[in-house]
Amino acid sequence: MQSTNAVNQANYLEYRGRFKGLFGWIFSTDHKRIGLLYLYSMAVMFSVGVLLGLAMKLELLAPGKTIMDAQDYNATFTVHGVIMIFMVVVPGLPAVFGNFLLPIMIGAKDVAFPKLNLLSWWFYVAGVFLVLAALLFGPGTPDTGWTFYAPYSFKTGTNMLPAIFGAFILGFSSILTGLNFLVTIHRMRCPGLKWSKLSLFVWTLYGTAWIQLLATPVVGITLVLVALERLFGVGIFDPALGGDPILYQHLFWIYSHPAVYIMILPAMGAISEIIPTFSQKHIFGYKAIIASTMAIAFVGYLVWGHHMFTAGMSGTAQYYFSLLTFLVAIPSAIKVFNWISTMYKGSINIQTPFYWAISFIFVFMIGGLSGLVLGALAANIYVHDTAFVVGHFHYIVFGGTGFAFFAAIHYWFPKIFGRMYDKAWANIGWIVFTIGFLTLYSPMFYLGMMGMPRRYYDYLEEFHGGNILSTFGSWILATGFIIIIVNLVRSARRGEKAEMNPWKGKTLEWTVPSPPPVENFDEIPEIAEDDGPYNY
Amino acid sequence: MYSSEITQASNFVKGVDLTFLVILGISFFFLISLTVLMIVFIYKYNRKRHPVAKQIEGSTKLEIIWTVIPLLLTLLMFYFGWAGYKPMTKVPDDAMEVTVYGRMWNFSFEYENGKRTDTLFLPKDKPVKLNLVAMDVLHSLYIPAFRVKQDMVPGKENNFMWFEPQKEGTYELFCAEYCGLQHSYMYSYVNVMEDTAFQSWIADTTQVLAENIDSPTATGKRIMQNIGCFACHSLDGSRLVGPSFKGIWGEEITVVTDGEERQVVVDEEYVRRSIYEPNADVVDGFNKGLMLSYEGQLSEEDVNNIIEYLKTVN
Repeated sequence: MQSTNAVNQANYLEYRGRFKGLFGWIFSTDHKRIGLLYLYSMAVMFSVGVLLGLAMKLELLAPGKTIMDAQDYNATFTVHGVIMIFMVVVPGLPAVFGNFLLPIMIGAKDVAFPKLNLLSWWFYVAGVFLVLAALLFGPGTPDTGWTFYAPYSFKTGTNMLPAIFGAFILGFSSILTGLNFLVTIHRMRCPGLKWSKLSLFVWTLYGTAWIQLLATPVVGITLVLVALERLFGVGIFDPALGGDPILYQHLFWIYSHPAVYIMILPAMGAISEIIPTFSQKHIFGYKAIIASTMAIAFVGYLVWGHHMFTAGMSGTAQYYFSLLTFLVAIPSAIKVFNWISTMYKGSINIQTPFYWAISFIFVFMIGGLSGLVLGALAANIYVHDTAFVVGHFHYIVFGGTGFAFFAAIHYWFPKIFGRMYDKAWANIGWIVFTIGFLTLYSPMFYLGMMGMPRRYYDYLEEFHGGNILSTFGSWILATGFIIIIVNLVRSARRGEKAEMNPWKGKTLEWTVPSPPPVENFDEIPEIAEDDGPYNY
Repeated sequence: MYSSEITQASNFVKGVDLTFLVILGISFFFLISLTVLMIVFIYKYNRKRHPVAKQIEGSTKLEIIWTVIPLLLTLLMFYFGWAGYKPMTKVPDDAMEVTVYGRMWNFSFEYENGKRTDTLFLPKDKPVKLNLVAMDVLHSLYIPAFRVKQDMVPGKENNFMWFEPQKEGTYELFCAEYCGLQHSYMYSYVNVMEDTAFQSWIADTTQVLAENIDSPTATGKRIMQNIGCFACHSLDGSRLVGPSFKGIWGEEITVVTDGEERQVVVDEEYVRRSIYEPNADVVDGFNKGLMLSYEGQLSEEDVNNIIEYLKTVN
């Protein structure tokens, strides 16, 4: 937009406030430092989740016991799910890139409530420690699956309460972040930055924030009810006390389905930034992408029942949820069409973030299209609760959000750290990771179509082939992940110094130095009438 | 198993498979064509070949086209899903009823005449209604070859599924809803036979329990198999969720009764109580609350047969 802002301030990495060292970070209210706090904590939790996932795949290498017994396996997939969902993908891109970039992208010095922002991270850490405590202490690691389905979650002798309380606290972190972003976007846009000039990443953060704010309390309430049920036997969900286990499922998915959109919307936003930049071309259908974002955020509330087609709902409810599920697919399709059209007649500069973005589109299409199978009643009855579903949501949540996260980190890395990574190694990491991903999760579609149920510690001989391939894929994926991480960690300290705008992007963050100064701008920028985030 | 050779295993296969075919067909078409298009664009408009981008901000016409076409296609998919599913909700009046009990971690099947098995036996070409009873937690009855699945919800009334087997053979039957430790071992088989063969099988209630019944011990073992004792109690001394049955008869063991340890001898009275009130005396070192009472499910005679069998497990 404008090339402003020479530096009169220290950059945020070197700035020294009231505290030094570690305290200078964990007590910092700077949105950029908070973004990095999330990045580091999530990277640790993600690595733990990956290790658990690898252990599960290794166990499934052959029928019968391979490395652990059934109880350990059940605990492993539970913890893998809890960590990956509540500690990695739900905070996901908003916590890291939203925090880091949102104020800069709207020309503000920070978010609306910087202290609340820090509190959100503290809540996140507290939640993480509570859940970890559930693993290490008490009568046994939770073994209910991340869905905590009643009545098993009341019957199991394992350590459920700390895990539930931890998830509850993590929910508050998410609610506060959403609230903060909403106020920031409404109140703190710089002069001239109309809603119609907001970058698409900010728009997706906006849609996501509404879901965080409105849907997360439902899961908070549900978890409180589970805790009350376990402690006092109040009989809301437990059929032995006259409760209804299906009510639990409704309450759980009323949050947890919109949560999928909390995960994927910001991912779509990041892709909507990367594709125009590397095509050096205006995004195709700016308004259509915004409309589709808001449509997903809204319709996404109304489709939770498709997780429960075999649970025993009324026929009318089944038809309604199936129909709405198909409708929510359309805005996602619109985005894909617009992204591909953005490349048309562009001038494409193929770099690592662009590789990640196009592989995102590919795996997201597979994830979305397999979702159509699950949205159709007759087909859902057949593959529900099978490996097909596991394949589908890993394509969406890991393929979608995960690939977009890697795209985003490779895109904004020079801005965040002021250094450039080794591009050759980054590309090698990408290709290895992508091959591993496809090998790991594609066989799950096949296994599900063969009829292999999910959450199976052991399986019949006929499912062996697909499982071998999948386990093999997990090793390739892990290799790719190590390459990526080593490259990024190394480059953050020793990479070549990055320019202010290495990719020739047009959004506001590329107008400030890399890494950005403490208060982002010396002077709050003004957006002229004919400026725009995609005016190349 | 999803393979064409058994596509006629039940009356629902056609509707379900057609739904798959329609959705996967459309999906592959879009996946392949969009991917190819993307690769063509990336190649053709690479910076080397196309150094200056042509700025295009969008096209309302295209947006409408690619909203309306997917809308119509997804409505088509919805229709097939709906059409394939609808008959699953309407049970014919003349359907044969079988009650399925699901518990951690096995299924048992009770027929109209009171006969009980651990494997589901069914006649070919006759509608069957399965009444689903979950004894403890959620389970889900899943027969892939028939393309049917229904969760078994504890306390839920009118919990059922139906289908009509259309091909003789043995098919797998799984629990599809995670239900704890031995979830992956909670599976059984469906045996579909000619109606005449089925009728003589079901009529023979003396032969309640498959072949080779010559003594109370064999009957006892078969009963225990049917109700799934061995999911938690081994016969070879290995430790599962509950204590092993090996060499247990006549032994003195330590149990916990109302929080206090005491010694008991495994005799008829103890076994009977362990079956009807499993949480009264819990063998030291094992967890309370995992086993449910078999009161009303096992007759006195069944229990006597079980006792006869336990005497022989060494």
